[in-house]
Amino acid sequence: MRLVLERRNEQSVAVAVLSPLLAVVLTLVTGAVLFAVLGKPPLEALRIYFLDPLTEPWALQEMAVKATPLVFIAVGLSLCYLANAWNIGAEGQFLIGAVAGGGIAVATHGTGAGPWVLPAMLLVGAAAGALYALIPAFCKVRFGASEILVSLMLVYVAELVLDYLVRGPWRDPKGYNFPTTAPFDPVAVMPTFSEASRLHFGSVLALLVVIGAAVVLRSTLKGFEIRLVGAAPKAARFAGFDDKALVLVTFAISGALAGFAGVVEVSATVGHLQPGISPGYGFTAIIVAFLGRLNPVGILIAALFLALTFIGGEGAQISLKVPLDVTKVFQGILLFYVLACDTLILYRFRVMPAHPKAAHAA
Amino acid sequence: MLLEAVLLTVITASTPLLLAASGELVAERAGVLNLGVEGMMIVGAACGFAGAFLSGSILLGALCGILGGAALAAVFALLTLGLAANQVASGLALTILGVGVSGLIGAGFVGQKIAGAPHLYIPFVTDIPFMGRVIFGQDGFVYVSITLIAGIWWFLYRTRAGLVLRAVGDNHASAHALGYPVLRIRALAVLFGGACAGLGGAYLPLAYTPFWVSGMTAGRGWIALALVVFASWLPGRLALGAYLFGAVTILQLHAQGAGLGVPSQLMTALPYLATIVVLVAISWARGRAGSPAPASLGLAFVPDR
Amino acid sequence: MDEAPTGEPPAPLLEAIEISKAFGDFLANDRISLAIRPREIHALLGENGAGKSTLVKIFYGLLQPSAGELRYQGRPIELRNPAQARALGIGMVFQHFSLFEQLTVAENVALGLDRATPLAGLPERVAEVSRAYGLALEPHRAVWRLSVGERQRIEIVRCLLQDPKLLILDEPTSVLTPPEVEQLFRTLRVLREEGRAILYISHKLDEVRALCDTATILRAGKVVATCDPRAESAQSLARMMVGGEVGAVRADSARTGGAPRLAVRGLTLAPDDPHGVRLDDIHLEVAGGEIVGIAGVAGNGQDELFGALSGERHARRADAIRIDGRDAGLLSITERRRLGAAFVPDERLGHATAPRFSLSENALISGHAASDMVRRGFIDRARMLAWVDRISEAYDVRKSRRDPEAFSLSGGNLQKYVVGREILREPGLLVVSQPTWGVDAGAAAAIRQALIDLARRGAAILVISQDLDELFEIADRLVVISGGRLSAPRLKRHADRSEIGLLMAGVGMRPRREGAHAARA
Repeated sequence: MRLVLERRNEQSVAVAVLSPLLAVVLTLVTGAVLFAVLGKPPLEALRIYFLDPLTEPWALQEMAVKATPLVFIAVGLSLCYLANAWNIGAEGQFLIGAVAGGGIAVATHGTGAGPWVLPAMLLVGAAAGALYALIPAFCKVRFGASEILVSLMLVYVAELVLDYLVRGPWRDPKGYNFPTTAPFDPVAVMPTFSEASRLHFGSVLALLVVIGAAVVLRSTLKGFEIRLVGAAPKAARFAGFDDKALVLVTFAISGALAGFAGVVEVSATVGHLQPGISPGYGFTAIIVAFLGRLNPVGILIAALFLALTFIGGEGAQISLKVPLDVTKVFQGILLFYVLACDTLILYRFRVMPAHPKAAHAA
Repeated sequence: MLLEAVLLTVITASTPLLLAASGELVAERAGVLNLGVEGMMIVGAACGFAGAFLSGSILLGALCGILGGAALAAVFALLTLGLAANQVASGLALTILGVGVSGLIGAGFVGQKIAGAPHLYIPFVTDIPFMGRVIFGQDGFVYVSITLIAGIWWFLYRTRAGLVLRAVGDNHASAHALGYPVLRIRALAVLFGGACAGLGGAYLPLAYTPFWVSGMTAGRGWIALALVVFASWLPGRLALGAYLFGAVTILQLHAQGAGLGVPSQLMTALPYLATIVVLVAISWARGRAGSPAPASLGLAFVPDR
Repeated sequence: MDEAPTGEPPAPLLEAIEISKAFGDFLANDRISLAIRPREIHALLGENGAGKSTLVKIFYGLLQPSAGELRYQGRPIELRNPAQARALGIGMVFQHFSLFEQLTVAENVALGLDRATPLAGLPERVAEVSRAYGLALEPHRAVWRLSVGERQRIEIVRCLLQDPKLLILDEPTSVLTPPEVEQLFRTLRVLREEGRAILYISHKLDEVRALCDTATILRAGKVVATCDPRAESAQSLARMMVGGEVGAVRADSARTGGAPRLAVRGLTLAPDDPHGVRLDDIHLEVAGGEIVGIAGVAGNGQDELFGALSGERHARRADAIRIDGRDAGLLSITERRRLGAAFVPDERLGHATAPRFSLSENALISGHAASDMVRRGFIDRARMLAWVDRISEAYDVRKSRRDPEAFSLSGGNLQKYVVGREILREPGLLVVSQPTWGVDAGAAAAIRQALIDLARRGAAILVISQDLDELFEIADRLVVISGGRLSAPRLKRHADRSEIGLLMAGVGMRPRREGAHAARA
């Protein structure tokens, strides 16, 4: 007996909805095993990781705060991936957006500049992210260079740019030689909902982005174009859609959203520039995009779940003494299960006898 | 002897790239694009250090690195070959997972040191001025990496199994129609790629810098992927590319040491920028001459029943 | 090969006894029995979808039967894979070649041989066999440089090097020019005289009558007859194949007149990819009300011509292509659709449609250019669905539910959908490639009738087809494409099949550059 894959005649809608849930369940089971191997009580560890944050108001807010950049980036990435354009350098676009937008905050620091600073930061951050993402897109369209590798290389470059600036020209002279810029002025800080809250208006913008992307993908010709170019490139050319132009467009959009996320993050939650302003949002967002099945609403849910793993990971580090890397392992395993479960949408398993017998017809 | 010192360090810097890229070349020749090289390398590095530290043997450490890389590759094979999952996304997942797993493994070894891999020494021969140490005074990994790439060339172009592997990468449907076990051949190629990446990763804590640092591969896995493209899937050009990249890495270190007044970050970025420039140049040149990339590269294969 | 020819037919080499093969609920082979004897060319005759390919895949070990028994030289056998079949002396030449573009001829041959065969000296043996059977080949050339005919020779040489007792050929002539067909037949007759058995799969009646000793006729997965094709007429064979009289499509002679709706003048275009064919100084006019057919062997520039006419690739000059008197050479496919043109490519799944998209979204592929399905950038799903309903109604598209994925339709139904999608737009110009390729007889007749009806309503239609019978049935004028060049048009009633056949082989065309016929499978 052996298992073989068999192509489904039509995609299974039920499986499409259930597959991310199945992936999450499998990840939890694997997580329990992992904790047991690490010598921690599995059920208690899972509770600390995935349930405790949900019972505390501050943690729920923190979840929304951490999900915000993930939503921005993953929505942009989903457009790319749907169009079969592989932007995996969102982390770099995030950092460049933060640097460019944060640069305005640094330049206007202490000058008493007016309330135009924050809008300018957001615009410049998005524009910088878009331009940075256009580098791999252009290399792909004009020269045929792999956008995967070029966008990834640019992540390392972006990290070094940030590192250079905060250690060099932008370093806060009053910062005790730490690699950080001066704290942003109040006009450069994204407002929060209340004095005590960390929940900021960026989260509202993220919700708007989800709604906008959902409308574009479902109800506009552009959305159809994105999906068709990715699913059937030859049919897309037959439909008169320009796949090269679309690579540029989707990269620009996703770069803009990643850059926007970067500047929102530094403006709303970090408050200055320093190395390590992202705990890997640009890479985690790739998982979010797939867990959300490249669907904006799915991405919203997936981003909240991944944000939960960040918070749970911090909690577990303190109370269970497990390394933070457990979170990355969880995320990697989760993406594996998501991809594995997606197979069931197009295929079904069938049991085949190992050696088919040439039995006589009855 | 400055030139001798430079050459020695170039070879040391090139070896992990050559090892990892050799394995990926074989996997891609079989038609599988495994973007998880970085993840397999970093797990290989962590396993390699742990193995060497616990056993006190560099050889056992290298073996652990190989097994670590291959284990991760096995997960990838299960997903992309067994379940026909998207190879690009699966490769990314592999990298994310690998970085996490390496952190878990390496957590207990931060700050520890081991004795690095010994270098070959043949009396008199190694002492020959100038080239003696470059040719006869390297660590064992260097000789393994050179033997490996030569062996891959011989395998691909001089054996029937190599011919079948190239055929599977060129047209999996035809290979299947002729009765070749496409998925099994690909699984073996992916495992081989993982083993090589693991060994390349293990080289870093066993020979390059004899301690464990989290994230110590620093993008070498991605550069190895770019090298395979640069080499147009040809073993000879792969070796050339690996040494060129090693040279870029070393030159920027020396330039930093010489204090040219250029920000160190710019110099550190040089290998990444060089990768982009080379990718663009090679892709452009190839765009005009037709592509030699394995035609089935990155495509899932599910046989009809 | 030592049996002496006697009056008694020799014992069967391969026997199928009540072989059945089911794919899910679909029964592709239904209790099929047949016997193939040494020194015999045995035809397996049937329409597309009759189950021929499934059956021969079972004979070659690629598929396993759901029920039934195979006997080889009188003994029951189980074939688990092609290597086993080859070890028994069964060789197969596929319709779609199992070749490797980047590898050389000799390497391709080596891959088809047993593992024990030494690689050294193989190029010499390839050269030797190809000489002995009149199959010219250069062992060290890369396959992507070869013509379709040469590619087939690799497959045959690959089989012959194993000295097979049974050689299976799946539709071998569908890609060959008439002279190449003649050469193939000579080779096959030599092989028969050597005592080998040949199973020849075809749906071409004249060929089977000229070549084969026995014919087994399949219809809908069942054997309907076994006969001596030389004793039958083409009509009687066709009746058995199709099951009933073949319905003829009736067309009046064309009523043309006025300015051409499509005019191509001096269209020259280098191919996009290095394996493509260069279009060389193409001149062509199609008037309203007429159907012009372009005949030719696959890989002679048909794909490139379709791409240039549709606008998937731009011409170099605006006036190289004129649609209804307007310069269209530099227009996109969307702009050409807005001029009233419509296009049907030969590849149903993947080119004409996105396989995993619903039919209504597939309606948008050509419909977004000029219809009310899109307004101010927003798509109207209700109108898209209504459009699917209209197409299904008008062209009898059978499907499981109102709006299924394109992938779930059968070939014939999807082709009716694709052709219907374009014809319902009432185009002034329709360019269609291989309108009935791989489609059952009923659907093919319906599609051809729809084309003729559209022409009667005044549209200009250009049909690119490899099926000469089809072109003789529906076209008013015929043109031949060969090596990227077009012959002068001929009125159908003056056209002579053998002359068209020679033109398809490139004989009588204007001289062309060396290597221009490098072709793809």
